[in-house]
Amino acid sequence: MDYHSPASFVEASALAANATGITRFLAGGTDVLVQLRSDLVTPDTLIDIKKINGVRDITRNADGSWTLGVAATGAEMSEHPELGRDWPGVVEAMDLIGSTQVQGRATLTGNLCNGSPAADSVPAMVAAGVTVTVTGPDGARELAVEDIPTGPGKTALAKGELISAVNIPARGANGGDAYLRFIPRTEMDIAVVGVGVNLRLDGDKIIEARVSLGAVAPTVLLVEDCAKAIIGTTLDEVALDALATAASAACNPIDDKRGTIEFRTEVAGVLAKRTAKIAYARAKGEHA
Amino acid sequence: MSKFHVSTQVNGDAVEFLCDPRETLLDCLRDKLNLTGTKEGCGTGDCGACSVTVEGRLVCSCLMLGVEAEGKQIETVEGIADGDMLHPLQKKFIEYAALQCGVCTPGILVAAKSLLEKNPNPTEEETRYWLAGNLCRCTGYDKIIRAVMDTAAELREAS
Amino acid sequence: MALDDRKSEFNFVGTRPDRPDGLDKVTGRAKFGADAYAPGMLHGAILRSPHAHARIIKIDASKAEAHKDVKAVVTRADFSDKPEFKPGLEGEFWNVLENVMAGEKALYDGHAIAAVAATSALAARDALKLIEVEYEVLPHVTDVDKAMAPDAPVIREGAADYSVPAGMHPNVVRYHESGHGEVEAGFAEADLVIEDSFATEATHQGYIEPHACLAMLGNDGKGELWCTTQGHWYAQKYCAAALGIETAQLRVTASEIGGGFGGKTTVFIEPVALALSRKANRPVKLVMSRSEVFRATGPTSSASMDIKIGMKKDGTITGAQGIFRLQGGAFPGAPGDMTAMCGFAPYNLTNVRQVGYDVMANRPKQAAYRAPGAPMGAFAVESVIDELCKKLGLDPIDVRLKNAAHEGTKANYGPTYERIGLVETLEAAKAHPHYAAPLKPGQGRGISCGFWFNHGGETSVSLALSEDGSAQLMVGTPDIGGSRASMALMAAEVLGIPYENIRVTIADTATLGYNDVSHGSRVTYASGLATIKAAKHAVEKLCERAAVKWGIPGDAVKWEDGCAVPSGPNAGDFDPMPLADITADMGATGGPISGHFEATPEGAGVSFGTHIVDAEVDPETGKTSVIRYTVIQDAGKAIHPDYVEGQFQGGAAQGIGWALNEEYVYGEDGRLQNSIFLDYRIPVASDLPMIDTVIVEVPNPGHPFGVRGVGETGIVPPLAAIANAVSNAAGVRMRQLPMSPPRILAALKENG
Repeated sequence: MDYHSPASFVEASALAANATGITRFLAGGTDVLVQLRSDLVTPDTLIDIKKINGVRDITRNADGSWTLGVAATGAEMSEHPELGRDWPGVVEAMDLIGSTQVQGRATLTGNLCNGSPAADSVPAMVAAGVTVTVTGPDGARELAVEDIPTGPGKTALAKGELISAVNIPARGANGGDAYLRFIPRTEMDIAVVGVGVNLRLDGDKIIEARVSLGAVAPTVLLVEDCAKAIIGTTLDEVALDALATAASAACNPIDDKRGTIEFRTEVAGVLAKRTAKIAYARAKGEHA
Repeated sequence: MSKFHVSTQVNGDAVEFLCDPRETLLDCLRDKLNLTGTKEGCGTGDCGACSVTVEGRLVCSCLMLGVEAEGKQIETVEGIADGDMLHPLQKKFIEYAALQCGVCTPGILVAAKSLLEKNPNPTEEETRYWLAGNLCRCTGYDKIIRAVMDTAAELREAS
Repeated sequence: MALDDRKSEFNFVGTRPDRPDGLDKVTGRAKFGADAYAPGMLHGAILRSPHAHARIIKIDASKAEAHKDVKAVVTRADFSDKPEFKPGLEGEFWNVLENVMAGEKALYDGHAIAAVAATSALAARDALKLIEVEYEVLPHVTDVDKAMAPDAPVIREGAADYSVPAGMHPNVVRYHESGHGEVEAGFAEADLVIEDSFATEATHQGYIEPHACLAMLGNDGKGELWCTTQGHWYAQKYCAAALGIETAQLRVTASEIGGGFGGKTTVFIEPVALALSRKANRPVKLVMSRSEVFRATGPTSSASMDIKIGMKKDGTITGAQGIFRLQGGAFPGAPGDMTAMCGFAPYNLTNVRQVGYDVMANRPKQAAYRAPGAPMGAFAVESVIDELCKKLGLDPIDVRLKNAAHEGTKANYGPTYERIGLVETLEAAKAHPHYAAPLKPGQGRGISCGFWFNHGGETSVSLALSEDGSAQLMVGTPDIGGSRASMALMAAEVLGIPYENIRVTIADTATLGYNDVSHGSRVTYASGLATIKAAKHAVEKLCERAAVKWGIPGDAVKWEDGCAVPSGPNAGDFDPMPLADITADMGATGGPISGHFEATPEGAGVSFGTHIVDAEVDPETGKTSVIRYTVIQDAGKAIHPDYVEGQFQGGAAQGIGWALNEEYVYGEDGRLQNSIFLDYRIPVASDLPMIDTVIVEVPNPGHPFGVRGVGETGIVPPLAAIANAVSNAAGVRMRQLPMSPPRILAALKENG
């Protein structure tokens, strides 16, 4: 295994473009090292991107949007005094991944590029409308988070391409987001179901909404029908039931060691309601 | 396959080692620096027995490569005591019988020390969640949590 | 009943001093299995079968052998062919070797096929990929009921012993039946009979330290082995047999042990490391990965059980019957007999019958796990008792008290109980504030009793006094629960010298007589008894020396508070002579003073506990939270109460994991699906409440200080107690473990 620690994304991209065999980028390493140690994936080329300037930065831009470096860790996101005020759902979703120790290393970008449908931060990012900047041999492009995963362990990134920044939109007024997942223990598990909700209110009425589901299909889903079920409502019981029904209907899960089809389908609806209530309360400025 | 030369600081001491890029920081601490206090329980970041701090940040040394330690400050269980003066957490763990087999103890001490440095007054729930990545199979965590909480109280009184 | 309320007749026993290994363990100095290194050491790695059941057609290791970093490759051909194969458990040497390294067939996913020793751990792992194995994949079975079905693939012909009735499938290898009275007549007397079926999945002991060893074996047949084990004499005996060398030529040293819970009572990698070392003529270190631990070391058995109990309206149990089928992997040894004997053991029954089956399947060889077999049986039996109480409107503690076994009860498995403490634990449970505490909506309370036999076992202890009056105590039972502290307390009690003046060492196999494994909750009982006797042996000599110094007869001296004193007014008027004054010149008064004791003590004293648990179930997701937990158990006499509490708490925590989330998940292909801690979900700190403990002390007549072992009973009641709490919280009876959220939610749906 060759190990490189380039000083720029252009250099990293060139290394990857010219490499043969399996290439992996190393940010927090919490997936790459597990796969390496268990002989699942032994990269021929490992490109550590943490020596690139600015990769740990968390920056609020003039328009209120956020740019996160690709090696900013979950712990750094949680400790940031303002990011969590704007996007509590995104920060909490990231914070749910693994232990305190894992938080010291794990990154949004790594969680996304691992391509797991159960990745906790991804539904939250999808709901929040997060995009990523992708640097490749032909320059940079911007992609929506929901367009990155293409299947379990697979991404839309081409050879030589890597994510170079995470862009979170401006929170704006009267908005709130939330993420909940179901795990059998209280910590340390992979999500059996995950739900991200981001919405905006006009008075008591929901005027914008994005609802995403994790661990219930080969990729994280952005579910239009869930959004439709609550837009124009005050999130009353009828709207919540419609949301739950839409969430369950969108599921296309598998039976595996972590949960059954029936369980995931049912709990997706339950969690969709619970998550939407938190996002709604946050949009109203209530503590939740 | 060529090896990498790594210069780093462990518990305040400047150290150097040669490592294969596939070797983890844990492998390097144990097999190259003879610091066997840091344990491998799983190798997948799920048990916390290999907990160390890197630049003051709590991490699993099994989830970090040895080459990534270049130029970093690393603290392990061997660095918790100040010479022959045990850290208050170490004393409390003995006093509270907060260890049985003791194999998870180094990781838990490193993690608990990191907690108390960030949060001198943790609730029981905060303590339990902070330590959720440190598996203990012997104690049921009861005496461990009590030892950490009481150390925190004692440190607060002392300061 | 709490210890602190009792006036103690002891000076040291019952106090809570710092443990002697504490400093080493909080500073990282303690040396565990993987912490040993030797000059010129090689690293070993083991190639494992990816198939649940396959004939090994050919192993081609030539490419690995040719690699410059590889110094040895071994297969089954490098082990002794002598260990005799007899049916059932009698052929245990052969069974253990067959498990250590596959012979003609790979019998489970993870079964060792070959091993290499190379110059680094990475090189060893890489070299495994160079070994080519040709398999003929065979049909497999992993489920206990399917393994007994007529069409099940046969794991091994001729493995059944004499006990198995004719006509059973060859995978049924042992059969147990016991009881007394007439169960059918008992059921006829009952006002209500409930018959129900239960299942539990295999769980792993889950010790945090993987198996690890460092081995050196020369071609002169002399060897050294350092390993993490619950029993190094066992390791010595079984390694010697597997390698075809004399037992005494192999010196085995037990490292600090990072948890065992029964799972380190046998050998896995140790004979392999020795074989590699013999071939390479260099020391070899072998350390398992976590995945290897899950795939190839002892989980417990999975179980399928049918229970039928009849009860009168007043709560009297009139008849009880249990059929217990245990799957123990591809070898004989599943404790179907233990499960059968333990299930009804807490009760004084007129009519009882129990049947146990030991069934083989394509899974790793089960190993002991804390009261092996008992938790499953208790789960099934105590669930039915709970259901009977509910249907008859009776208090579950009152019903258990009404039927509780006591001194003089003829146990369901044959013997008549001596003084036991079950009733005391039930009374303490009833009086405990937990039992009367209010519950919130969605919460339920469960209780359960549990029983374990406890064990004595072969034991040797040696105690040597130093000139300065300090003592060194050599015991042969690896310290898995703070036993060095309790041994020092017991020795201090007899010698009358401070606890701190006694250094306890776990002796290696070359420096002490044979010791049975640290299992069966035997250490504080048996090594403790032997420690007391060895100390008394030394005291006899101390008295003799004092007598010589005083010029009076030996029997005119007695021992009090660490001093020799004249035994009566006629013995003479001398000041008490402290121990250190006698040892100071012992070289001149007759030579070194030591004490020894060797025996197989038989009075272990059976153990009972009662647990109370409150659980809350989320009706929308089926997720269970344990809100409050209380363990009440008879310790006979708590030598070091901290470590007694620690055993109670640890047993409860493991039981909570077993009840709620832990399980071996096999795919259709017979491969283990969850061989890492991410998916084998043991309780984490945030999953558990504080675990309250009550130490009941009903002295065991078979121990000088009244000790009953406490290590295992604590895991027996939790499965049932939590199932009963969940049943009360959610209104559905859970008959299958673990009670994972998908199972509870499905049961809730089924219930409407």
